[in-house]
Amino acid sequence: MVVTAVPGSAGRIRRRRQRVEGWLYATPTALFVLGLFLVPLFLVLRMSASRWPLLSGDQGVNFPDNYTKAVENRFFTDSVVFTLKYTVLATVLLIGLGLGLALLVQESTRWKGLLRVSILIPSALGLASASLLFYVLYSPIAGPLAPLMQRLDITFLGSPNAALYSTVFLIVWRFTGFYMLLMLVGLQAIPGDVFEAARIDGASRWQTFRHITLPLLRPTLALTTVLCVTGSLLAFEQFYILTKGGPDNSTITVVQLVYNVAFQGRNDLGVAAALSVMILGALVLVNALQLRAFRRPDES
Amino acid sequence: MTTDTSSTARGILRGGGSEPTARRGGGGGPGRAGTTVGGLALRTPYWVLTGGLAVIFLFPLVWTAVASVSPHAGTNQVEGWGLGNYETLTRYQAGIWRYLFNSAFVSLLTVVLTMLVSLLGGYAFARFRFPGKNLLFMTTLAILMVPYTTLLIPLYVLLNEVGLQNSLVGVALVLTMFQLPFATFMMRISFEAVPKELDEAALIDGCSSFGALWRVLLPAVRPGLITVGLFAFLTAWNDFMAPLILINDSERATLPLAVVNLRGQVQGVVDYGATEAGVVVLALPCAVLFLLLQRHYVRGFMSGALKG
Repeated sequence: MVVTAVPGSAGRIRRRRQRVEGWLYATPTALFVLGLFLVPLFLVLRMSASRWPLLSGDQGVNFPDNYTKAVENRFFTDSVVFTLKYTVLATVLLIGLGLGLALLVQESTRWKGLLRVSILIPSALGLASASLLFYVLYSPIAGPLAPLMQRLDITFLGSPNAALYSTVFLIVWRFTGFYMLLMLVGLQAIPGDVFEAARIDGASRWQTFRHITLPLLRPTLALTTVLCVTGSLLAFEQFYILTKGGPDNSTITVVQLVYNVAFQGRNDLGVAAALSVMILGALVLVNALQLRAFRRPDES
Repeated sequence: MTTDTSSTARGILRGGGSEPTARRGGGGGPGRAGTTVGGLALRTPYWVLTGGLAVIFLFPLVWTAVASVSPHAGTNQVEGWGLGNYETLTRYQAGIWRYLFNSAFVSLLTVVLTMLVSLLGGYAFARFRFPGKNLLFMTTLAILMVPYTTLLIPLYVLLNEVGLQNSLVGVALVLTMFQLPFATFMMRISFEAVPKELDEAALIDGCSSFGALWRVLLPAVRPGLITVGLFAFLTAWNDFMAPLILINDSERATLPLAVVNLRGQVQGVVDYGATEAGVVVLALPCAVLFLLLQRHYVRGFMSGALKG
């Protein structure tokens, strides 16, 4: 396969065969990427600049009406604020708990192995299944806490704040194992002799954690934070299933707004596309900022 | 590197093992307090904390499984223990068998397509030089950057155009596309971990490049391929949003969609028992597969860490 090493015409023929066969093997990937990613990506840009009702299709260019309509939607500001609030809450909890639990279970004892697997099992469930599970769990009729809820007169999904915290608990339950696993992989990559040296120098546990573990874990922390922020900004299923946006439309996320505008009531794919394009832009911006923030201290 | 990854994956599941690993980080843990009275007193909060954690993570699953077969008013299982709630599922609209079949069809098609496309793609990216190679690879990874909804809205229009509206094949194609960044990356590093001498020897012995892939390389990249298949299955089996947007006929709903819709169907009263049974049916294959293939699951996470 080391083509460049072969001189003369035989080499040229082999090089051409490399090109042809390489493309042959890459064709299925190229077809998927072109047909189901690039074409839709261009289409969503065009849709966002056109009048495009769900049932009648393309009605011609109307730029920038869809964008103004999207921003003027009465749930636009609320959903952006709510999504940001949820993202901060979920990210802080998931990264903190993921790292804490990774440190707690990384030693190899049978009990910690069991603990690790029990924390990981919820990550195998789908988000939709997990949301349904907690929908029943939180129910004031069928849930295991129903008697307690009646006596104390509390509900899990009844008030805007309770609904938010209940959903965050579901997300923590479902995703902590996932982030713990990523942290464990990151911790594993730190060479053991660094810790050995710190121990010999008499560093306390906190000093070791603060000045060795955290800085060396930076790439993992960057990856997990980007993943968690992206996932939370795009939250949909958990709110669609658990709270249906309620109570009083207090838990509508931006992606839910897109879905509602496109398929429920308004049926306006143009405005939905404009919202999607704005989400894409915001996401690219947020991720670029995060990656910069995580890189900077390394350079200085 | 392949064997290396798998042994480290095992290491992560069973814990570090070596002494420095055990001490690193400085987080909780009881240290080496022996069996003295003081040591015991130190250990008790630790056992309570970790035991409590295990209960928090396992309780919702165990409770749902038990509640789905236990009696409760307002469900099909009013007295005694039994499978009444599961009977409700078989009678719901097209019946659970139909939805199980739809979900199995979408999942298996997604798994087969993902494995096939990423096997060939990974081979191309790891072993061949062709114009546009890096551009294609980076574009494939860029799929990760674009939100699900941003693509599902135009895909809904596009699939209508090509006659794949309301079709399970369409859903499988879309899910395969979303799996490609991870799958292609995983297969590329799997192929790159195999020594080049292996397939070069096969080529010199007169194998075609496809023969070398099929007879020599396939066994070597099988662990990576299993990881790709496992992730594709878990995603496809559990996916809710793609069928929600792309399927509008209850006959063709997948299981998650059907169970979510089932909630509101019975005269506006939620049948919690049937919902519990639905969650069990949804979760069981995932939990079993996860427990059987843990090592391959962890390898998926390793791949990201290996190459940044």
